[in-house]
Amino acid sequence: MSTSLLLLLIIVIGFIAYFAGRARSLAQAGGKLSNLHSLPGYHGSYVAIWAMLPAALVLGTWLIAAPIYIDGSTRAALPDTVQSQGTAAVQLALGQVKSVAGGLLRLSGEEVAALQSGAANLRSTLAAKGVALAGEGEPYMVTVAQHFNAMAAANRWLMTAAVLLIAIAGGIYAIRNIATRFRARNQVERVILGSLIVASSIAILTTVGIVASMLSEAGRFFTMVSPFEFFFGTVWDPRFAAAGSGGASGQFGLVPLLTGTLYIAFVAMLFAVPIGLFAAIYMAEYASPRLRSTAKPLLEVLAGIPTIVYGFFALVTVGPFLRDISAQLNGLATGNYQNFIQAQSVVTAGIVMGIMLIPFVSSLSDDIITQVPRALRDGSLGLGATRSETVKKVILPAALPGIVGALLLTASRAVGETMIVVLAAGVAARMQINPFEPMTTVTVKIVNQLTGDLEFTSPQTLVAFALGITLFVITLGLNIYALYIVRKYREQYE
Amino acid sequence: MTDIASPTVRISARPESAKRDIGIKRRYAAERRFRAYGIAAISTGLFFLALLLWTVISNGYTAFQQTTITLPIEFTEKVIDPNGERTTDSKVLMTANYPLLVRDALVKQLGIDATKRPLVKQATDMVSASSRTLLRDMVVADPSIVGKTIPVTLLAEANIDSANKGQIDLKVEESKRKVKDQQVTWMNELASAGVLKKSFNTGIFTFGASSRPEAAGVGVAALGSFYMMLIVLVLSLPIGVAASIYLEEFAPKNRLTDLIEVNINNLAAVPSIVYGLLGLAVFINFAGMPRSAAVVGGFVLTLMTLPTIIIATRAALKAVPPSIRSAALGLGASKMQTIFHHVLPLAMPGILTGTIIGLAHALGETAPLLLIGMVAFVVDYPGSPMEPSTALPVQIYMWANEAERAFVERTSGAIIILLIFLVVMNLGAILLRRRFERRW
Repeated sequence: MSTSLLLLLIIVIGFIAYFAGRARSLAQAGGKLSNLHSLPGYHGSYVAIWAMLPAALVLGTWLIAAPIYIDGSTRAALPDTVQSQGTAAVQLALGQVKSVAGGLLRLSGEEVAALQSGAANLRSTLAAKGVALAGEGEPYMVTVAQHFNAMAAANRWLMTAAVLLIAIAGGIYAIRNIATRFRARNQVERVILGSLIVASSIAILTTVGIVASMLSEAGRFFTMVSPFEFFFGTVWDPRFAAAGSGGASGQFGLVPLLTGTLYIAFVAMLFAVPIGLFAAIYMAEYASPRLRSTAKPLLEVLAGIPTIVYGFFALVTVGPFLRDISAQLNGLATGNYQNFIQAQSVVTAGIVMGIMLIPFVSSLSDDIITQVPRALRDGSLGLGATRSETVKKVILPAALPGIVGALLLTASRAVGETMIVVLAAGVAARMQINPFEPMTTVTVKIVNQLTGDLEFTSPQTLVAFALGITLFVITLGLNIYALYIVRKYREQYE
Repeated sequence: MTDIASPTVRISARPESAKRDIGIKRRYAAERRFRAYGIAAISTGLFFLALLLWTVISNGYTAFQQTTITLPIEFTEKVIDPNGERTTDSKVLMTANYPLLVRDALVKQLGIDATKRPLVKQATDMVSASSRTLLRDMVVADPSIVGKTIPVTLLAEANIDSANKGQIDLKVEESKRKVKDQQVTWMNELASAGVLKKSFNTGIFTFGASSRPEAAGVGVAALGSFYMMLIVLVLSLPIGVAASIYLEEFAPKNRLTDLIEVNINNLAAVPSIVYGLLGLAVFINFAGMPRSAAVVGGFVLTLMTLPTIIIATRAALKAVPPSIRSAALGLGASKMQTIFHHVLPLAMPGILTGTIIGLAHALGETAPLLLIGMVAFVVDYPGSPMEPSTALPVQIYMWANEAERAFVERTSGAIIILLIFLVVMNLGAILLRRRFERRW
């Protein structure tokens, strides 16, 4: 029986169990609902949970455990000649046996017998039935494949029987428990609470998953390349990994990538912070409610536009514009119409990323500025200060910790931004200080190293995880510190 | 001397000494400057928003029109099936020389000498190479049309399309542009004959990936995105709501729940590309799920969207006043009943608004999908979420990397489609909030 059919069957049993439990509780109550501790629906749910939950858990465990057991047993059934050739050969044989097993199911009894005696060619017989085999195949495979098929069939029957038995047994056990004084609601609510806890632990699991997966893959990378070379190397030249070469030597220096990342983020912040901050101040302190209610959402539209659109904008508009204008300027100054800004450059990426960051700076700062208590403002204005003086001398110093927090959050976004830099910053990993030349970032290199067909054994791909964990640690540090500041600031004025 | 001069000096000096100079003019000027900076900042932001939208729209609106050439195609048996084998050999119809049919029809229409090879080549270059599959599919679907003459609407080649839309500067020297003078003459000739015309481009909505701009569309990518959004919605809404209910209503205040809280806030700010790495390592490498499949993309985007939904849901739950809870509890409802029967329905508009915004964010996300192999050249519609597919923003990324002018138009067109989706979703969220939001 297929797994989805089995799952459907469990659900059907659950439905029956629900109505059975309900009916039984009603019967026990003798028509008077107030005799029951819990409503009939809770009794029904209680029975349904007992019928479905244990069965589903067993099914899940079985589906994970059984293939591992069957693979192990099939592997043991392979002849010793294959076993002695090492794990790779065993793995290959196992794969072939599985496709043979799939093919055998389509053959008649005589054909199988012919194959077993070696009279018929395995590959051509199977090919005739539409099963492609990698390699010629050997007669022993038929025996092993039959063993595999037998095990798989037995496994299927066992699983179906066990799951259905558990479902029915659970339902019967629960039905026998039902009584007028039985606290079905409390039981059901405990299960619900349990599922709520499981749901909230997914957030923790995600973090654990991120850290564990990156650490293990990065760990494998660091067995091939020393951490010292990675973190302090100044040359990024990973070369290409030829399949099966086991990873030729390349140079994996983080420093040029990190410099590029920080440089571009710095340019972006240089662009976004003044604009965002002034916009926030104007909106919080000067703007009429009408202007505020139109300009604020409009600016926030910038935050809702996907970053790939910004990348495209940089590619077709900002990059060519900067290139052409630099050629014109150069021509006016020296008479030589040679552009000094590349279309893909630190400034292009920085400016476009800055545009994206404006709403982050302005919304976060706006929230923080409006949180400064009214009394501080009134006090300053009452003493005769102008509005701008109030902003500069009273409000900004009071809001400073919060604004710094907001800027750190923005910076972490700039560091982790991918699509804009992929399209606008270039791929050349070099260290230089000219902002008009292309540079590259950590995120660009993660995308570069992991796009296309790849195997997870070469340092060329694994380095992406080392880059990823570096990025994760940097942004995590920025975020935690920023959230800590913002939270502390909020407490101060609450 | 001084006696005479001093009174005049004193008179003019008196107001100054009475009213101390506090630099009011200077301070007001500073005030005005400060205000101007603020206005300038807001206008700069809005200017860039306008510029961004203008770039996309001005480049992209033409993508919704496509030049087509309608030719009477003669499905001659001599070309398609010279040996009369089509009833016995199914491959004949698949491999027949369909471009020849187009060429013959074009030569006849334009009245050129079929023996002049370069001229004929120029003429056939005007029609998209995708005509081959179009005619093949027609014949395979209905073999009885062999031997008949049927008018067929073919796509014009991308450069002819651009020229017809006036995007190619015809004053440039002929050797330096992709459309030759002869082709322009023919184009105008066909246009005045009503054979070549611009019509609404349905292809951009239905086609899949193609290396020819005129035959490329976002249909396949949009279906992949749709699968992913479905998975994200089905998974992240229940999980997110359940997690927020526990954290907001049940969790004891201790170190563990504090940790979960800090954790969720951090997850919301983790760069999206890190989620891509997580998906690659856990779902593809460890769990052995297929690469490029929408299901993996859906899982990755779910994990990415969860923190957003949890934060929004918790805010919505917090906004329900405690009096509701007290009333329900006072009437004998259990805590679970209070929450599921009373608090949750009241918080639902806020939760749905947060969910839609989270979904809109996930729809535009590109970087994590690149890492799990969704940058694939997918021509056919994926039948299920387990099959290789691509996503709308990834399709945009792939087209953005193409060099041809016509692809810039397609890219912008695809961006317009993506933005329309986002606008609709966000408008829905705003309307939902306006309609159902309650102020307590």
